[in-house]
Amino acid sequence: MAVLDSKIPTGPLAEKWTKHKNEIDLVNPANKRNIDIIIVGTGLAGGSAAATLAELGYNVKTFCYQDSPRRAHSIAAQGGINASKNYQGDGDSDYRLFYDTIKGGDYRSREANVYRLAEVSGNIIDQCVAQGVPFAREYGGLLDNRSFGGVLVSRTFYAKGQTGQQLLLGAYGAMNRQIQRGKIKSHTRHEMLDLVLIDGKARGIIARDLISGEIERHSAHAVVLATGGYGNVFYLSTMAMGCNVTAAWRAHRRGAFFANPCFTQIHPTCIPVSGDHQSKLTLMSESLRNDGRIWVPKRKEDTQAIREGKLKPTELKEEDRDYFLERRYPAFGNLVPRDVASRAAKERCDAGFGVNKTGEAVYLDFSSAIARYGNEKALTSGIKNPDKDTVTKLGKEIIAAKYGNLFQMYEKIVDENPYNTPMMIYPAVHYTMGGLWVDYNLQTTIPGCYSAGEANFSDHGANRLGASALMQGLADGYFVLPYTIGDYLSDDIQTGPISTDSPEFEEVEKGIKERIDRLMSGSGKHSVDYYHKKLGKIMWNKCGMSRNAEDLKSAIDEIAALRKDFWENVKVTGGKQGMNTELEKAGRVSDFLELGELFAKDALQRNESCGGHFREEYQTPEGEALRDDENFKYVAAWEYKGEPKDAVLHKEELVYENIKVKTRSYK
Amino acid sequence: MNLHLKIWRQQNANSKGKMVDYPISGVESDMSFLEMLDVLNESLINKGEEPIAFDHDCREGICGTCSLMINGEPHGPDRLITACQLHMRKFKDGDTIVIEPFRAKAFPVIKDLIIDRTAFDRIQQAGGYISVNTSGNTVDANAIPIEKHKADEAMDAATCIGCGACVAACKNASAMLFTSAKVSQFSLLPQGRVEATERVQNMVRQMDLEGFGNCTNTGACEVECPKGISLENIARMNREYLMATSKG
Amino acid sequence: MSALIKSSIARKVVMALSGLFLVLFLLLHLTINLSSVINPDIFNQWSHFMGYNPLVQYLMQPILIAGVVVHFVMGIVLELQNNRARTVKYAQFKGSANASWVSRNMIISGLVVLAFLGLHFYDFWIHEMAYKYVEVNPQDPTRYYAETVEKFEPIWRTVIYVVSFILLSMHLWHGFASSFQSMGLNNKYTPNLKKFTKVYALIVPLGFVFIALYHHLNPLTH
Repeated sequence: MAVLDSKIPTGPLAEKWTKHKNEIDLVNPANKRNIDIIIVGTGLAGGSAAATLAELGYNVKTFCYQDSPRRAHSIAAQGGINASKNYQGDGDSDYRLFYDTIKGGDYRSREANVYRLAEVSGNIIDQCVAQGVPFAREYGGLLDNRSFGGVLVSRTFYAKGQTGQQLLLGAYGAMNRQIQRGKIKSHTRHEMLDLVLIDGKARGIIARDLISGEIERHSAHAVVLATGGYGNVFYLSTMAMGCNVTAAWRAHRRGAFFANPCFTQIHPTCIPVSGDHQSKLTLMSESLRNDGRIWVPKRKEDTQAIREGKLKPTELKEEDRDYFLERRYPAFGNLVPRDVASRAAKERCDAGFGVNKTGEAVYLDFSSAIARYGNEKALTSGIKNPDKDTVTKLGKEIIAAKYGNLFQMYEKIVDENPYNTPMMIYPAVHYTMGGLWVDYNLQTTIPGCYSAGEANFSDHGANRLGASALMQGLADGYFVLPYTIGDYLSDDIQTGPISTDSPEFEEVEKGIKERIDRLMSGSGKHSVDYYHKKLGKIMWNKCGMSRNAEDLKSAIDEIAALRKDFWENVKVTGGKQGMNTELEKAGRVSDFLELGELFAKDALQRNESCGGHFREEYQTPEGEALRDDENFKYVAAWEYKGEPKDAVLHKEELVYENIKVKTRSYK
Repeated sequence: MNLHLKIWRQQNANSKGKMVDYPISGVESDMSFLEMLDVLNESLINKGEEPIAFDHDCREGICGTCSLMINGEPHGPDRLITACQLHMRKFKDGDTIVIEPFRAKAFPVIKDLIIDRTAFDRIQQAGGYISVNTSGNTVDANAIPIEKHKADEAMDAATCIGCGACVAACKNASAMLFTSAKVSQFSLLPQGRVEATERVQNMVRQMDLEGFGNCTNTGACEVECPKGISLENIARMNREYLMATSKG
Repeated sequence: MSALIKSSIARKVVMALSGLFLVLFLLLHLTINLSSVINPDIFNQWSHFMGYNPLVQYLMQPILIAGVVVHFVMGIVLELQNNRARTVKYAQFKGSANASWVSRNMIISGLVVLAFLGLHFYDFWIHEMAYKYVEVNPQDPTRYYAETVEKFEPIWRTVIYVVSFILLSMHLWHGFASSFQSMGLNNKYTPNLKKFTKVYALIVPLGFVFIALYHHLNPLTH
């Protein structure tokens, strides 16, 4: 415990955050003008933090690899954002949201952080409405809610299937207001390549201007990394193509501990892979599980017939279908948490019941919902004894109103009409709970280097519940980081501007330039994508939805060998100057090749199954995850020591004082 | 299927570009359009040539990064999608496909098919927000009831992804649909009415400064918009602008 | 004010207002002209009134001329500005996929109508001005019918008129409803307005075509 101090305030759980805010040091407004903060990544967490810090008076410099902050991948979050508003009067509270989140995370997250998250969740909604985020409303003019997996209340606020987009645009607007005031200097199409430490404190970054190719030095009194998750280590994921681990990994190499890298969320409802050329997987919102029922055929011969196109799924009788989630988890049914749903789908497909050509798909069927809504609508419209066609027509209209954009998206990609035939879905890598280790103040183990949003490890334990990522990103950015960072910066009011002409900047810049030279001097055998795809295959097959010690060991060796091959033989076309998209990718993949190994190493040391981490050796006879609270109730924080294989494990024991740790059950 | 591609190549903003022919074979119908370009790029890299630079990120039609003019239409021949959602099943064996960047003076080419759309950001910076601090010390979210149909209409306008297809499709390279979507969103909501006057004036002024053309109501933008943003928003912005101007 | 007139939206409103004014004027013009087919005497009476009524001559005529000038000058200014907004043209641009030909080519239909106006002014207005103010002829309330019908005797002029009216129809087809959009009116009445526009854009020019052809086919008997 000497190394990792989580700095959790003392006192009762519900009062910790207020007490902490009252006790930490503040920077007075006149002094804030003399303090610079760098924020890398301008999605929900980074964008909201940038806006709030600039409003408070700090000089903010933002960096993103996209051409505009509005394009950060937070934009792709579809379903919604949780908040314990209890507008539905269904018994919701901060405690219940806290409880659901800890339980959903399979008891691998920090109580105090999660409670704070629940506590500020309501503020987020207030704030976003004030900003003009057009959340869905009821006819009475008040905000509407829907349900998400793993909870028994309706607390999810949403804006059609584009909640992430609307929240991001809200944060982007708030940022724009500060850019216009000159308080934020926005550097778009810039990629952070390294972190600069002076006297052990984070004091700046080295970034590459992706248009000119120039290597630039930027200094500040503190650096915030809000660079998202590292799911692209799997090559195929629902992440954007540019999402990467570079900023976080560079910080890790400079001394920031990397926590729980193996905690990765595999989302159950994604469009299945269609072929080798696939570059990206598309998510179908979890909200679909409110109305869609997941099934495969009960008999293998039916499965075979469906695969060969001899039998249509709609022709299969009700009693010949296996609604496996409803069968296995009667209490939560199709709305079990993501990890549980994903594993159940994989189990059926591995057993030979997968319904597409590759045998890696299950059905998500809306026909019962269409019938149910249709009958309801017929009744409320005063149609007596409606025929089947009328019911179907009315039902489809309701479904279209709720999920129209998702259905359209599915049809464009798969070329099948999901109103008439069930959707085919399969799990895909979606979110990474692991990330940079941070204390209660969101500070990493490097003083002055903070991390917010998906980039840190903080709130979701081993599995994230739906509609919680947006909540965490905005909580970190709007309400937590802007205050906690003041405590650190209060020591810097007399530091004055940080010069970039120091030997420290010089040295880091030199290292980066050499690294680029090395990337460009490979023998030129294979493209960057070749290595990325290979890494992805190893990760998916051996560190994916279910893992075992033997596979993980071989994954570690294979990744190390692949990394060596990469540095010797990669082919990066073009030059160092000017825009070079291959060089950008090469830098990112080189870091994934290190992270991947640490990922496997982390999964190997965690001899238990919890949340998204499922070890085949540790399961109940029914195939449910078997957690080991006695030995693994900790955060695994890795210290960089050269090669990933040399990384040193530090444990932050998790203490549960307000919640009884028990086996997660959704039966 | 085999295709004949004609693609705009341009080394950087200052160099002169040209159309280059690329034959490609082995394209599958369930590939996305960008995956087809990935395949072409892989083959170029293996030949030691520089791959074609094109903008893309989420590949699920929401980030608005991809910006290809395909056979004379932004995001290609299909409707209500972005280029990344376009699939090769829309093309036939032997087709010639012309791929260019979105063209407007306000969107200069950076490299090949990649353009600079920061003009859009500057329009938003001029007023595309509600000036409230993000402190969270606001009224309760349900203290402001909003008529459902107004909220829905605001949402429809707010779905703009800022891709620039409206500008690309417009014969005048006008950015009215883009600008009006944001003006509309806020003018429909009570929270946004407070500074409606300044917002529309500032955003329109910036839009004009960036060198976009004028709207001649051809409606091309609405047809090509991947999010189906309606022309009504332009009318609403015109109205807002006239009201704002009459107030002085 | 100078800032206002530089704004794209204000300029479009100027186009819309001047355009709508001209649309209204067309209706008046057509009504008077139709009388030439029905009854030469009424046509002469109306024409004489229009030619000598001081209100028409010294107020409405200048306004009309100003309206025409503003509409075409602004149209050309906007067109030049629009051209500058895309300096590098597309190798392939499929305008027909998303917008009608007429809406995309208002400058063509507009310039044809403008060229026609040149001829039309030469034919009638210049002649009229010369008659009244240069030659200072006495008032003759019966001359208009014959002068008008004579004009349509040559086939070339009739053809030019007919072609120009077809282009005018195209210009109206887009321009009439579009002007409402420019002024910020797009609501539940818009679909009907668009239908009305199409009817108007067909009927009014067709009326002028009919008159031109009628007089060409029914020349004066000398």
